[in-house]
Amino acid sequence: MNSVEIRELDLSFGTVNVLAGLNLDIAQGEFLVLLGSSGCGKSTLLNCIAGLLDVSAGQIFIQGKNVTWAQPSERGIGMVFQSYALYPQMTVEGNLSFGLKNQRMDKEEIKKRVSKASEILQIESLLKRKPAALSGGQRQRVAIGRALVRDVDVFLFDEPLSNLDAKLRTDLRVELKLLHRKLGNTMIYVTHDQVEAMTLADRIAVMKDGVIQQLGDPNTIYSKPTNKYVADFIGSPSMNFFKGPVENGAMQINNESVSLAKYDFHKPYNGLAWLGIRPEHVRSGSDANDCDFNATVVVDLVEPMGADTLVWSTLQDNPFRFRVEGQTDIKQGDKISIGFEIERTSLFDIDTEIRL
Amino acid sequence: MADALTGPSGPPPKRIFSRTNIMLYGTLLVVSIYYLLPLYVMVVTSLKGMPEIRLGNIFAPPLEVTFEPWVKAWSEACTGINCDGLSRGFWNSVKILVPSCALSIAVASVNGYALARWKFKGSELFFSILIVGAFIPYQTMLYPLVIILRELGLMGKLGGLVLVHTVFGMPILTLLFRNYFAGIPEDLFKAARVDGAGFWGIYFRIMLPMSLPIFVVALILQVTGIWNDFLFGVIYTKPATYPMTVQLNNIVNSVQGIKEYNVNMAATLLTGGVPLILYFISGKLFVRGIAAGAVKG
Repeated sequence: MNSVEIRELDLSFGTVNVLAGLNLDIAQGEFLVLLGSSGCGKSTLLNCIAGLLDVSAGQIFIQGKNVTWAQPSERGIGMVFQSYALYPQMTVEGNLSFGLKNQRMDKEEIKKRVSKASEILQIESLLKRKPAALSGGQRQRVAIGRALVRDVDVFLFDEPLSNLDAKLRTDLRVELKLLHRKLGNTMIYVTHDQVEAMTLADRIAVMKDGVIQQLGDPNTIYSKPTNKYVADFIGSPSMNFFKGPVENGAMQINNESVSLAKYDFHKPYNGLAWLGIRPEHVRSGSDANDCDFNATVVVDLVEPMGADTLVWSTLQDNPFRFRVEGQTDIKQGDKISIGFEIERTSLFDIDTEIRL
Repeated sequence: MADALTGPSGPPPKRIFSRTNIMLYGTLLVVSIYYLLPLYVMVVTSLKGMPEIRLGNIFAPPLEVTFEPWVKAWSEACTGINCDGLSRGFWNSVKILVPSCALSIAVASVNGYALARWKFKGSELFFSILIVGAFIPYQTMLYPLVIILRELGLMGKLGGLVLVHTVFGMPILTLLFRNYFAGIPEDLFKAARVDGAGFWGIYFRIMLPMSLPIFVVALILQVTGIWNDFLFGVIYTKPATYPMTVQLNNIVNSVQGIKEYNVNMAATLLTGGVPLILYFISGKLFVRGIAAGAVKG
């Protein structure tokens, strides 16, 4: 049985269709990330699952039960918000027990659950404090705790780490992953941060304009993006793209015919196409010599980032980025030979932008 | 190295009698004198006896301080055949003020909460109609209200006036509360719904504790508005239930006998005292009421 099932879900605000005919199955204990830029409908979808928005059509099942018309509190979900949304006038303990008190749960049981959750999240020493006296990371823990005490089947996260500073975000990301392993609950996580998505997810759903573009494990999404949008969205810095004609198993790039024999085509294709190659898959210097594609480029800009260095140049009138090792003496104006293997590339139809 | 620092260094010098300061404080001084002088005259006059007032030195401090006029204004001044002073009007006003404030604020805050967070079909239209109500002059509704109150059997009774004040406070108070509740982060409201709180649960346990400042603002608006009201008071009540303002008018404008300026001044100060005291107290409440870090930051 799937933990969450979404069937033909429509949601429209007036005449604007935010989600249309959306289907999604989420397995028991899965960590699913909804990834997309702002306005793609990912938070809307989460709010529909939570029951905070009434759907226009379709059904939602949680643990096999049709919850389409159920109140948020009856769905067996816990939700963590980007802004934490802690009740400012209550102590941490009050925040954790608010939901349980609303269920008219027995006092002893509330106490037991609060102490168990605060132990898991290591916030026992904060129980008597008010949210105003907590740091961002502590507040986020309390917000997670509020979902934890309710002993729900499904956790919903709405960009929970976006308000934290970079270092804390990395720490809490690891903690979230450990927490998921420990609890084994189903988790649905909305983010626009692809690093969070790649590191946390069992499966990622990349969304655009209310439609899931690709649903798959992080590896597949990264190496075999299903269309140009996904290819461009995933990866930082993003993929380099070149336009060129494909004919008889070869492509014209930079006035050079490159054999596509090693490319895994879905079906034979002739015509214009996009070729995409990730900056980290480009080889440079002497490594580039025996690649399927070779060229010499002039360095426009060098961005040292410590662990590696990003080099900006121009190829076939398009900006071309590639990664080299961190300690390098490449300078602006240098001529450098680059190359890449065809099996590392992605080809897309020029019109439909679907993977070939 | 110390003598190396030549030229301007450290904070710039401040001159107390700079042109800006003279203009600023000069203007403030003149304006405060302009507004405080009448108050000074009132206080001084109310502490003088009639012979001293007849001398005509209205700015002079009292030679002989007497509280006689205050006592007279409170408990002896005559309006028509009643000679029990302003005290009756004061208690009438209190009896009008307390239920009117409580009722209007209670209803308007729930209105504002519902309109901000539980949007229903037509809620925006309903809100617009309510706001239009704030722009219609009261005078046009005086007579219709007389008929309505008569039909309800509330004409001339305190309950009738309470109802009128509650209704007329609704547009501005609802607007006030709606905008305040709309400013409370929506995530908080969503979190409470996930936690299983309903309409009243969220109102009483999440929204109310966060809204002390706006309740104080509403209270100040209503107390000053209702206490200072004259028009509704004189129309919808009868002499036995006249509020303080109406009674003050009757004392001051009484044409019989000699004009007792000192009593009139004392009566006016007594009537104006209630809103004045509220202003002084609420300043403190305001500061204390501003809620600490609600969401992030």
